[in-house]
Amino acid sequence: MSGTVIATHGLRKAYGAVRAVDGIDLDVRAGDIYGFLGANGSGKTTTVRMLLGLVLPTAGTVEVLGRPIPKAAREVLPGVGALIEGPAAYGPLSGTANLSLLDAAGPGGSRRTRKARIAEVLEQVGLGGGGKRAVRGYSLGMRQRLGLAGALLRRPDLLVLDEPTNGLDPQGIHEIRLLLLDLHRTGTTIFVSSHLLAEIEQLATRVGVLDRGRMVLQDDLATLTAPTGATVVTTTDPAQAARVLGDRVLTSDGERLVVRGSDPAEVNTALVGAGVPVTGLVLQRPTLEEVVLAAATGSGDRVAA
Amino acid sequence: MIAVELRKLFRRPRTWITIALLNSLPVLVAVLLKVTDLAPRPGEGPAFLSAVLTNGTLFPLAALAIVLPLFLPIAVAVVAGDSVAGEAQGGTLRYLLARPAGRTRLLVAKLVAIVVFVLVTVVIVAAVGYVVGTALFEVQSLGATTAVSGTSLTPEQVAGRTLLSIGYVTISMLGVAAFAMFFSTLTDSPQLATLGALAVLIGSSLLFTLDAASDIAPYLPTRYWLSFVDFFRDPIQWRNVARGLGLQAVYVVVLLGAAWANFTTKDITS
Ligand SMILES: Nc1ncnc2c1ncn2[C@@H]1O[C@H](COP(=O)(O)OP(=O)(O)O)[C@@H](O)[C@H]1O
Ligand SMILES: [Mg+2]
Repeated sequence: MSGTVIATHGLRKAYGAVRAVDGIDLDVRAGDIYGFLGANGSGKTTTVRMLLGLVLPTAGTVEVLGRPIPKAAREVLPGVGALIEGPAAYGPLSGTANLSLLDAAGPGGSRRTRKARIAEVLEQVGLGGGGKRAVRGYSLGMRQRLGLAGALLRRPDLLVLDEPTNGLDPQGIHEIRLLLLDLHRTGTTIFVSSHLLAEIEQLATRVGVLDRGRMVLQDDLATLTAPTGATVVTTTDPAQAARVLGDRVLTSDGERLVVRGSDPAEVNTALVGAGVPVTGLVLQRPTLEEVVLAAATGSGDRVAA
Repeated sequence: MIAVELRKLFRRPRTWITIALLNSLPVLVAVLLKVTDLAPRPGEGPAFLSAVLTNGTLFPLAALAIVLPLFLPIAVAVVAGDSVAGEAQGGTLRYLLARPAGRTRLLVAKLVAIVVFVLVTVVIVAAVGYVVGTALFEVQSLGATTAVSGTSLTPEQVAGRTLLSIGYVTISMLGVAAFAMFFSTLTDSPQLATLGALAVLIGSSLLFTLDAASDIAPYLPTRYWLSFVDFFRDPIQWRNVARGLGLQAVYVVVLLGAAWANFTTKDITS
């Protein structure tokens, strides 16, 4: 698999007067962990639903794995695993029975291998012992894991996960992150939406930021958080350091100075040579949060008067 | 896909509870008749009931006539109303369609499951009726059963015509199922879909009793439900049965067409 895995052009969805998604051009490539970031209500779930043919776009096109959606949904979607706005299952049935029904409900899930695949994915998501129990008795975290198991059942080339860590505790979030990184290593492309910056920052190789239905940013994480050309110095004698470096000091804040120059070693030499004690020295990189705040304008939930 | 829907429907405790409840009324009626020995006079009460004291083999038909006006349509409306809206409310609809199950396939599979449910339910009502009827009441082993029109029917004729009745009642219920299924594609609330279908039936039954509505009476969905009685005239009177079948066919085709048109083009936002 190579090239573009998800491509949308001018994708728009209007619910009456509300523009839930307003002309976005997604570009997700094979091998990406694409972090789809946006505040609550910014249009992430609506986008995911359009990728899966559940919601029909008001305008624009969707291509997944090189084929148009919803037209080629029957050929494409068996190779896509999805979590959409939280898990769902039949409460009276066991986790195993739920997975079995889901697998049988569409094309591309061989009956012969079904049992083995179910056992394998339950193990993979950490539900190995819980498969026999009725889903009614599951915690939210267990349901989320079961949903993820359903997404993995056919070893998909592409995972589309809408807020996959909702309802999980920190330990569970960590486990899921490791699982996704593992799947990524074995060649799965992952599209994951979240309203949590930190989560995306720890996981994604590529980031798209949605702000009230509009895409305000889309780039590789490494590019977005590339060094700014400045060095951050921490010292116990900031006054002396400022005198030594003169107008190279861009900003100072207590013991922390931001200094022009992309070579920390050179800055260090200058300071130490003048007898200034240096306790910390690092290349300045913007955090994803800074990049996103600079691009976005506010919380999607906020309703203007 | 059809197997999946059947598994879901028949693995659900609710399905069997519904069927059990449905059978409780005819059984209660049979016990009361047995204890009191007071059958309704011919022409009064549910069809066939007047005759069961002297011929228990007619009790399957009495049982059908007992559940037909209310219990059976409620059961069908509950199951069919739940078909799509229940999955929407539970959130499983989006996963089925993203699987992808295919919207038309899913609808067809749901329809087949409902038809099977109706048939199974009607057959169980008739079977329980037969067991209860022959256990509690006299069975005329040699003699002939008196047809509604007064002549005699052999036991083989009674059996054959009972099967015809089972088929006819099943088809009559498909109209109810079509209403409920159509409503089920319109809303994400299974209760609302069921109530909608029941409202149609109650409205239809009410209009049927109204002289002012006599012009539209032939088109009311409940109009020919009880026409299976005509299988027990000698000879069988096909006219109303045929009209009943035609009417149900029109309702089923139109409503399922509407359900399909709606479901295949709507946004799944549940
Ligand atoms: N079915 C719907 N009808 C009307 N408005 C909707 C519907 N679904 C979503 N919206 C609106 O679209 C916007 C985006 O919603 P959503 O895609 O769920 O955002 P997110 O997943 O990022 O939280 C919100 O303003 C929401 O109120
Ligand atoms: Mg969402």
